[in-house]
Formats: sequence, structure tokens, C-alpha cells
Amino acid sequence: MMMKWRGWALATGVLAVSALAQAAPPTAAMLSYACAGCHGTNGGSAGPTMPSLAGQSKEAIEVAMKKFKSGERSGSIMGRLAKGYSDAEVTAMAEFFSKQKLHATSQTLDKAKIAKGASLQEANCGRCHIEDGKEGKDDTPAMASQWLPYMQMQMADYLSGKRKMPEKMKEKVDPMSKEDIEALLHFYASVK
Amino acid sequence: MTLDRRSFLKLIGAGAGAAGAVSLPLIGQAAELMPKSAKRVVVIGGGYGGTIAAKYIRMMDKGIEVVMIERNDHFVSCPFSNLYIGGVLTDLNPLTIKYDKLAANHGVKVVQAEVTAIDAAAKMVTTSKGTIAYDRLVVAPGIDFRLEEMKGYDTAAMEVMPHAWKAGPQTVLLRKQLVAMKDGGTVVMTVPLAPYRCPPGPYERASMIAHYLKANKPKSKIIVLDANPDITSKGGLFKKGWKDNYAGIIDYRPAKKVTEVDAKAMAVMVEGLEEVKGDVINVIPPQRAGQIAVAAGLVGDDKNWCPVNANTFESTKQAGIHVIGDACVAGAMPKSGYSANSEAKVCAMNIVALMNGKETTELSGINTCYSYITDKEAVSVAAVYAVKEGKIIAVPNSGGVSPADFSAAKIEAVYAESWLKNILTEMST
Repeated sequence: MMMKWRGWALATGVLAVSALAQAAPPTAAMLSYACAGCHGTNGGSAGPTMPSLAGQSKEAIEVAMKKFKSGERSGSIMGRLAKGYSDAEVTAMAEFFSKQKLHATSQTLDKAKIAKGASLQEANCGRCHIEDGKEGKDDTPAMASQWLPYMQMQMADYLSGKRKMPEKMKEKVDPMSKEDIEALLHFYASVK
Repeated sequence: MTLDRRSFLKLIGAGAGAAGAVSLPLIGQAAELMPKSAKRVVVIGGGYGGTIAAKYIRMMDKGIEVVMIERNDHFVSCPFSNLYIGGVLTDLNPLTIKYDKLAANHGVKVVQAEVTAIDAAAKMVTTSKGTIAYDRLVVAPGIDFRLEEMKGYDTAAMEVMPHAWKAGPQTVLLRKQLVAMKDGGTVVMTVPLAPYRCPPGPYERASMIAHYLKANKPKSKIIVLDANPDITSKGGLFKKGWKDNYAGIIDYRPAKKVTEVDAKAMAVMVEGLEEVKGDVINVIPPQRAGQIAVAAGLVGDDKNWCPVNANTFESTKQAGIHVIGDACVAGAMPKSGYSANSEAKVCAMNIVALMNGKETTELSGINTCYSYITDKEAVSVAAVYAVKEGKIIAVPNSGGVSPADFSAAKIEAVYAESWLKNILTEMST
């Protein structure tokens, strides 16, 4: 109904009145700006336990939001917030963040772990975590420059079974030691 | 005033030729401070709402000049100030932002001055340094107190019984008083009837004070005199948190409206009938929109808060003036820092649209609010907001509070720290 009225107003030029009463549905930017209080301006996070959304693929964000919505992925408040958006709104936000430049973080990292992680990444993870984790295959999230504390918390959830690991990831992660995993995360955090 | 003359000139982009304009306020003339040459938005207030409105207008349209007027050269966040009062934080630095990067990164012109008047017809703001013309005005003054409803509570009494409801020196004073109090002492806190700034704030504060007393002054207690019939926000969570952690320390008394204080006797009066004495007394008075909003005729029939359009946040009382944050009536959105952040963005987007003759956009808003129960446990409330039939509503079947069993409380205390880091970084860079 509202769309029809707006269309009519636009078509007939009755805007002096309608401009006051009518507004277009929230744009992708409007929807996404609201996230920045926790995820940083344009999705570049300054908080070590909040992931950057900038530069994530559309698919990665859509899948994450779907899992938050269904409860498959636990995220404290993210489940409660994800339920507030339609699929179309989620897609609009996912597109918005996918267009933002990957957010470069400055973190204190261990050089030896980064080196070890680099070779592990190449041998095990590179087929899905493409370009040193700057990109991801299908819905694989970008890992490059992501906050180390955030990734450590997510990995702990994977290992405890709280968050379900994708089959291919599980095959690679299962044989790894704690030290291997830690080295990998240091590597991803270091990629700029 | 901490700006020296040179940096002030630099800030307003004026050269030597403008020196006269700067010296004029010294002789008390309301001369024009910054002649307007292009489209201009003036923002009053550099808090959770004002900084974001100023920044986002510039992010979306560099063709609009944005002048942000703020009386202080820095801002101290109310969110997390309760952790300082409870001794969990040792200083206010993590809660303090400056404005230099808003100027450097976005070209926001920051003027440190007191706004004394708004002329809606002339589209002109009068400040302690001169007048500033605008095309559109954003008023984000936060709150002031309805002192007429709290007999005996004047500026002198505030130095004895701090409110600490505007973060800064008052926060430090309340902390000092708690540290100086003897073990076995009584802390009294008064909570006004809703609506007031930060619905769960008083209960988080009670938790943080109890946390301090439990560890440092175990014979002491805190009496909470709440004018409301029950805890205003996250009630079940606070009650469980208090039962599990602070039994015998927090004495919560609902429906106790304090209407009078006696700073000499260190006592408060409930409805003029019951006297309650304390060694430290934290009076949180009833509130209304910041004084400048009242003076400018922006408050509604209730004489307290500013009614606005749900999408543009343009005042329904004065055209061309937008009100955001605690001062406005934003439907279902609470008076919180995150709400102000969200409101500022839709306001900014629609100001840019209106100034460019484009169609406005409906609000999509979020509120996320964490409250600490202990130093390591926090609970939250979150919601998504939209506009329906001209009113801001919480989107049905979404939002809500933390799990009742506190299963997420430890992780939420960790997330809350990142919340603060992100929201303050967003306001200051």
C-alpha cells in the first residue's frame, strides 16, 4: 500500500506533501550504519573481540546471519539482533559490507608463530582461505587482519563443538596441535 | 577554555584577517563567528549523538560544512563510568575521547563554546564566542535535571551528594566518597521515575557499588530508593545477580520517590514522609532534555522531552531543527548511548537527503546495552527498530535480554569491552 502511494506521489509530483509523510524503505547503508556501534564504522572493528565485517563476502555474511537467526551459531546478542531483519535486508547489508575495504588491524603478534602459520596455511587451508585469507571460497569468511582474540574465541567454540566446523575444515583441523592452530591464527591476524 | 588563539584560528580555518572576529567575543559582542558561505549544518553537543551526526553528514556529503559546538574539549562516556565508581576501572581515560580526529579525518569544524540561544526563524545559534548561522541544526544536548522536583538539591548540594549522571568530575567525586567512607557505612542511591537517561544505569551502578563494598567494606550496605514500581530494565537479571552476589548488601526499595534532600543532615526524604540517612548519598534527579532544547521551545506538552519525526528526527515544534539522543522522544528506542548513535545516523542521512532535494529514508535502528553485575559478569538488552505508521517500534520477534541463567554473562563482559572500544572509536575518528 505504502509503495503504491509513494509511486503515485512521485508520478504525480505531489511531493511537497508526501516528502513530509513518506520515506523510502531503509537503504543498504541505513541498515548497515546501525551495526557500526559494535563493528566499527563501515564494519572496520576497533574492538578485539568483535569481528570486522568490512571486506567479508556477501555469502559469508548471509550464511553467518542465517545461522545466528536459527540459533545454530551462538553469539550472545547477535542471535537476538539477526531475528530483526528480513532475508532481503540481510542481503542488502551483506552487499554493503562486501564492498568495504578489508580493515587492516594493528596487533601485537608473535613472529615465529606467524612464520609457522604461513606454511600451515599453504599446506592445509589455502584452498578455501584463498589469498592468505584475504578472500574465502563460497561462504568462507575472510581471515586476513581479523582480530586474534575474536578468532581464538571462535576456534575455542569450534573445538568444544559449540560452533559446528565445516567437514573440510574438520579434516584439516583434527590432526593439528593446539600450537599449530595458534600459529595459524597469528598468521591470519598478520596479513594486511 | 583550553584552545589557544592560534589553534582556534586554525580550527575555524581563518587567517590573520579574521583576528577581529575572534577578539570580538572578548568584549561581549554577539558578532558572527564564522560567516556562512556554503550549505551548513550546525550540531550542538559532542556526545554519543552529536559526534556521529557530524561525522556521518561529512561522510555522505563533503559539500555540506559541518560545525559542531561543544562546551568541553573532551567527552567522558557515561556507559562504563559505573565501573570506575566501583573501582573496576582505575581511571576515566578509557572513557574519554577528544575531537581532533573528527576535524582531521572528516573536516568537522569543532568550536568549543557554550550555546546560549537558538533563533529558529533567523536560523542562527548564539554562542559564548559569537553567532553561527545554519541551514539545518542538530540539537544533541543530552539531559538536564528537573531540580524543582528535588527540594534542596542545588549546585552546592551536588558537591555533597553527587548525581554522577553526567560523567566527569561528578563521577570522580562519588568514587572518592565511597573510598573515604568507613566500613559499616550506608550508601543511599535515589532513582527517578522513568523516562530518564539509561534505564538500566542505576541498577548497574548499585551492582558496581555493591561489588566495591563486598570486597573492601563488607560491613557496609547500599539502599536503593527507586521511584519506579520495579526495576526499570533487565529486572529479572539484576534480581538474580543481586541474590547470587550481593545478598545483605543491596537493600532495594521500589516505589520510594525521593522529593527532598538535606545535604547538611545527609538525609533524603521519601514523599516528604520517610527520612533515610546515608554516609554517601548518590542523588539521581528527575530529568528533561538539555536546557538549550527547553529554551529553544523544542520540548513537547510534557515540558520535558522533544517530539520529533520518526525518520528525520526533525522537531515537530520548530522546522529546520533536528533533535537526537536522550533529549528526544524516539518511540520504543530507550535513552541510551547506542540509541543516540543509531538516531544520529538516520538523522544525518535524511538531513543530507533534504538538503539535496532527495527522498528521505526510513529509520533502521539498533540498541545494544550491556550492564555489569560483577567485575567479570555482564548482562545485555538488544533490539532492532523500524518505523511503522510514523512511529518507532521494536521489530517483533527479535531482540530481548541475556539468558536468565547467566550462561552468557562472562562472555558478555568481554564483548562489552569491545562495544565500548568500537563505539568510542567511531565517535572520535
